[in-house]
Amino acid sequence: MTLLAIKNLSKRFSSGGRRVAAVDDVSLTLEPGETLGLVGASGSGKSTLARILMRLLPADAGSIRFEDEDWLALSGADLRRRRARMQMVFQDVLGAFNPRATVASVLDDPLRIHAIVPKAERPKEIAALLDRVGLPASYADRSIREVSGGQRQRIAIARAIATKPSLIVLDEAVSALDVSIRGKILELLVELQEERGISYLFVSHDLAVLRAVSHRIAVMDAGRLTETGPMRQVIENPQSHAAMALIHAVPRLVTEPTEGPYRDV
Amino acid sequence: MNRLCEIRDLSVTYRGQTAPALDRIELDIVTGERLAIIGESGSGKSTLARGIAGLLPPGIRLSGEMRWSSGQAPAPGRDLGFVFQDPSASLNPVLTVGEQVAEGARRHLGLSWKEAHAHALRMLERVHIPQPDKAMNAFPHQLSGGQRQRVAIAAALAAKPGILIADEATSALDMVVQAQIVSLLDELVREAGMTLIFITHDIALASGFADRVAIFKDGRLVETGPTSAVLASPREAYTKTLIASHRDLTTPPLIREAGL
Repeated sequence: MTLLAIKNLSKRFSSGGRRVAAVDDVSLTLEPGETLGLVGASGSGKSTLARILMRLLPADAGSIRFEDEDWLALSGADLRRRRARMQMVFQDVLGAFNPRATVASVLDDPLRIHAIVPKAERPKEIAALLDRVGLPASYADRSIREVSGGQRQRIAIARAIATKPSLIVLDEAVSALDVSIRGKILELLVELQEERGISYLFVSHDLAVLRAVSHRIAVMDAGRLTETGPMRQVIENPQSHAAMALIHAVPRLVTEPTEGPYRDV
Repeated sequence: MNRLCEIRDLSVTYRGQTAPALDRIELDIVTGERLAIIGESGSGKSTLARGIAGLLPPGIRLSGEMRWSSGQAPAPGRDLGFVFQDPSASLNPVLTVGEQVAEGARRHLGLSWKEAHAHALRMLERVHIPQPDKAMNAFPHQLSGGQRQRVAIAAALAAKPGILIADEATSALDMVVQAQIVSLLDELVREAGMTLIFITHDIALASGFADRVAIFKDGRLVETGPTSAVLASPREAYTKTLIASHRDLTTPPLIREAGL
């Protein structure tokens, strides 16, 4: 059964007296255990789409079905309860945490709010979550500011999986990390998916990252979905101008000499 | 090969820190080359950029030497242009685009405001800003991130410096705009015969157009050499790790693909 079905979603913003379509009649689906890579340049509307999906922004038109419910019709306590099933990991993790929080309190919040485990068992669950994302249990007492960027992103992932979601929206979740750490975080995400059947909507401007983890890729440009297809099909045989531009822009390792003053040395 | 600057035994320690941000660096900068300084966070690459530009904050401990072939350090703004990662932080939000680009030309080239404005317009054309005459009167917030970075580049180059330092100048931009800005920098540096010092965390990005690379880690210079030599046969384990960590569209995916 399809986990998520977005149909004819639209959102307009006013800009300088003009109405600009940030998301323009977008439809897409996501199956359980699947990763959909949503790629586009700045201003393509991909983050707006993710924010509507997270119910951080209202849509102007269209519908979203999630776990067979009308996701946009949910409100109040119902919405808060259902949020456990759809979590989000952001690019700037420090901005997503209370800067005075400890690692334990960051992980305790979702366990408490969504009543995942009884209070007495929470420390054990926090230790298990930390262990699952590759951090020692002793990290629980550290301040969120003391840990490195990569460790903080692991904690954000631990927080996201704490409520046992079926879908995690990853918004540029590895873009701010050093390349050597980036690969390890992507590996962790893939492991968690295989183990728990979580679906990911992975929003990024970096096709090389999306290629590593996505089963399918959807390309956005100027608010519209220009193409969707299996990962290899989109990358090896792109149909839209936007997809071609994104593919062309991925830096490649060049090992032949370049032209310059050093050529003649 | 003309040495522009010889960096010898350079160490920098920030106030309140015990570990040096740069540790006994030995590096030559060659006139007219495109030198990429590559490293991850905390490698010291931005400290080196600021050191070369004379932009280190007061209160640091500095030892070693930077010997400039001209006998004196280049004046920032006049002899040396600097492009930062975040163009909205380096542009003045209350000045028009035209005023900020003209300012450097007026001050360092001794032009009148009128001449400086004409010069600024030509600079905006050179960095391929669409409708440059209109952009002259725009404020930075009215432009996209990529256009703002073009303005920052125009401002950095307004006084015709011989050296341009780009410190993660494309990291805040999306991939498509990043590729455009890199090709713009490449074009401008070629045209003017400038020396480009390109600071980046992305070894692949540097491999596409740098003549020489210098790899930094934890404040130390790990390895340096012509780009093709370092990329084809890296000597140091860390350089090998950096190259192996690179992902592009030929790297095998991490997921199991259906039907394969």
